[in-house]
Amino acid sequence: MDRISLTLKVWRQKGPSEPGRLVSYELKDISTHMSFLEMLDVLNEQLIHKGEEPVEFDNDCREGICGMCSLVINGLPHGPQKSTATCQLHMRKFRDGETITIEPFRAKGFPVIKDLVVDRSAFDRIIQAGGYVSMNTGGAPDANNIPIAKEIADEAMDAAACIGCGACVAACPNASASLFTAAKISQLALLPQGHPERKRRARAMVAQMDAEGFGDCSNHAECEAVCPKNISILHIARMKREYLRTIFTA
Amino acid sequence: MKLDAKIPDYPIQDIWDKHKFELKLVNPANKRKYNIIVVGTGLAGASAAASLAELGYNIKNFCIQDSPRRAHSIAAQGGINAAKNYPNDGDSIWRLFYDTVKGGDYRSREANVYRLAQVSNNIIDQCVAQGVPFAREYGGLLANRSFGGAQVSRTFYARGQTGQQLLLGAYSSLMRQVKLGKVKIFARREMLELVLVDGKARGIVVRNLIDGKIERYEADAVVLATGGYGNVYYLSTNAKNSNVTASWRCHKKGAAFANPCFTQIHPTCIPVSGDYQSKLTLMSESLRNDGRVWVPKKKGDTRRPSEIPEDERDYYLERKYPSFGNLVPRDVASRNAKYVCDEGRGVGETGLAVYLDFADAIKRLGRKAIEDKYGNLFEMYERITGDNPYETPMRIYPAVHYTMGGLWVDYNLMSTIPGLFVLGEANFSDHGANRLGASALMQGLADGYFIIPYTIGNYLTSEELPKIDTEHAAFSQAEAEVDERVKKLLSIDGKKTVTEIHRELGKIMWDYVGMSRTKEGLEKALEEIPKLRDEFWQNVKIPADANNLNKNLEFAGRVADFLELAELMARDALNREESCGGHFREEHQTAEGEAKRNDKDFSYVAAWEYTGDGKTPKLHKEPLEFKYVKLTQRSYK
Repeated sequence: MDRISLTLKVWRQKGPSEPGRLVSYELKDISTHMSFLEMLDVLNEQLIHKGEEPVEFDNDCREGICGMCSLVINGLPHGPQKSTATCQLHMRKFRDGETITIEPFRAKGFPVIKDLVVDRSAFDRIIQAGGYVSMNTGGAPDANNIPIAKEIADEAMDAAACIGCGACVAACPNASASLFTAAKISQLALLPQGHPERKRRARAMVAQMDAEGFGDCSNHAECEAVCPKNISILHIARMKREYLRTIFTA
Repeated sequence: MKLDAKIPDYPIQDIWDKHKFELKLVNPANKRKYNIIVVGTGLAGASAAASLAELGYNIKNFCIQDSPRRAHSIAAQGGINAAKNYPNDGDSIWRLFYDTVKGGDYRSREANVYRLAQVSNNIIDQCVAQGVPFAREYGGLLANRSFGGAQVSRTFYARGQTGQQLLLGAYSSLMRQVKLGKVKIFARREMLELVLVDGKARGIVVRNLIDGKIERYEADAVVLATGGYGNVYYLSTNAKNSNVTASWRCHKKGAAFANPCFTQIHPTCIPVSGDYQSKLTLMSESLRNDGRVWVPKKKGDTRRPSEIPEDERDYYLERKYPSFGNLVPRDVASRNAKYVCDEGRGVGETGLAVYLDFADAIKRLGRKAIEDKYGNLFEMYERITGDNPYETPMRIYPAVHYTMGGLWVDYNLMSTIPGLFVLGEANFSDHGANRLGASALMQGLADGYFIIPYTIGNYLTSEELPKIDTEHAAFSQAEAEVDERVKKLLSIDGKKTVTEIHRELGKIMWDYVGMSRTKEGLEKALEEIPKLRDEFWQNVKIPADANNLNKNLEFAGRVADFLELAELMARDALNREESCGGHFREEHQTAEGEAKRNDKDFSYVAAWEYTGDGKTPKLHKEPLEFKYVKLTQRSYK
């Protein structure tokens, strides 16, 4: 088993209104089989033993699906490995002696709470604006009454795979939430269940995205490059079409 | 304490319909006068909160993550069962009911399981209407696949992300109700006490995890949907934040805890690679359809797998179970992996792993076919281990996955505390001693969408529920208890971290209350756990303070509760002198080494009553009667 030594530069910030700064830590004897978050666990255990405050970072499932982990690692949201959330990134992707800079997702819409933890509740509010089919429990017809072509269902699933982590926002020079918002609008625009409300949905979700302080999309495609679930910017194109439809059709 | 399951006495096909008719209704205009607290936003919690809000109740919904969408239901891979019989292969409500009771090794309630099978079809309709993108056939209709423990294809799925899609469906309904003002979400809050007024659940006390403030919330009823307790083993497939605290605090306030020793160990997980390991990742059980499980015949054989010739390999499942081979049920596969590793024939750096080899399948079907079937799983395996399973066998080992035990509930899903309802994995009701694949999602959504909306109304109209506010003395007392516990944790300032002690607890539980249990081992656990608990309360070190985001403080409270639950699990396992489902007592096995039930003496639900710190809990028995399903001994030879 390979073991490596690292220098970490970690963003430390006591609270939302406190200034933050990068603090250096030396770590030795890190197994390359560790996950990135396990490496941070090791750092925190050492800090606790020294009587220092551990680094706070969000995480939960540690299998790449809950979307709670974040981190900008050496300038890249979720780090250097493509299609991989931070929790599934492993230390074999780093070299012995490397310096790793770890920062929070940065965006006006994601204020820092502490250290590497940010507030992503804006995403919940974007969904609240219309990211659903307005139906109550109990009234649904038999599931096979709504046939949907396999290709359409698959494309809707590609969009629905979004884990809501916010890497798209962190990577975007405009801090736009377009990929996140588009993924939901696109999923429900593709499926017949979403059609009755498609206009209202596109208008309301886009308006909420703006109200939360996220920027507009100017086709940099950085979001697609860092998305751990490979969500395509074609969904943003579909969102734009859906939005235009609300303006130009009755 | 008296256990009354309140199952109406009708033929099993009619119980739920007649019961629904007999349950009292709440007038639509009156529903808005009731406040209900729902703790948890997984499949059970989110579906319950949304459905109750749609009916008109005012809902306060709590979760420990930053958003309701993060709940651990999201990680479920395989699928959700329903008795639709779309493939025309002979499925029915009756068959789903039968398979689930049998799969649970005859330790669940027939009436509950029948109801689960009945509402399973409504769940699929509901989710499709929400826009859940289930897999489809070219004709546009829904696709099904087969799954362990059944001979029909009744599993609906959305790639390997079924839990995610179902949860996002429930979450979307929940978000709609937030917009409509019927649900208020309290994220990053941890429930630390249940508040009882006149013996009824009337509120909760939570810690705001951002600023550390203790907050009080009142309601007319409390619904707990806080998941399972697999993290008592430290390493499990659960998320890092999954914990027993909400359930345990309710247990200590009077809710009986049922069958705590029933835990499920999943056979195909990526093995532990070192001491730093923080969690285990499940690999879908479908891999056993084409992979062959083996270890070297020789002990301590450190050769690479490719250097071990065919006749020096032991395909132990194929050898011991010629008719089922690599497809034996989860518990049998798990136990046998443990046995070969205990013999010193395990592989990998730790010796705690067995090979799952696809070489023969690749030779037979071609690499392309294997890639189509398992491509995403092989990729995930490589991402985590750095090994390429097309070229070298996977290494797998069993891991704790699901807990069938939980708070005892009656047929209405109410615990032994009036007004406290428990849904999903947090209750004990439907899976007996072993849960079948693709049944957890079904149960969570059944409870939340289709059961609690009916049963809670009956409670609200039948009880006197005078208005109270959070200034009530019961709230002050609960808050004082929380405050005191937090202060005590922070004052210890010892030498060991929370994680170090949790890891030690996990080792005790895995060694003695794991997949193979003995009287001596369980007695040893009952000695070791209280010692470790004492050490925790004298020697744990928690940095920083309580007025801030402090994950270590959160975890400390959870580990403190795990240290109490662990003892109850060992006690329950010691009491249950039989082997059934996930509970295997070495003293009770057939001549062939298979689990041997004792239906005469143990056909009951073991519900434990808390009697005070340091006191022996009291066992209550709810007898299980089987009128419709014939009890048989499982055999996979």
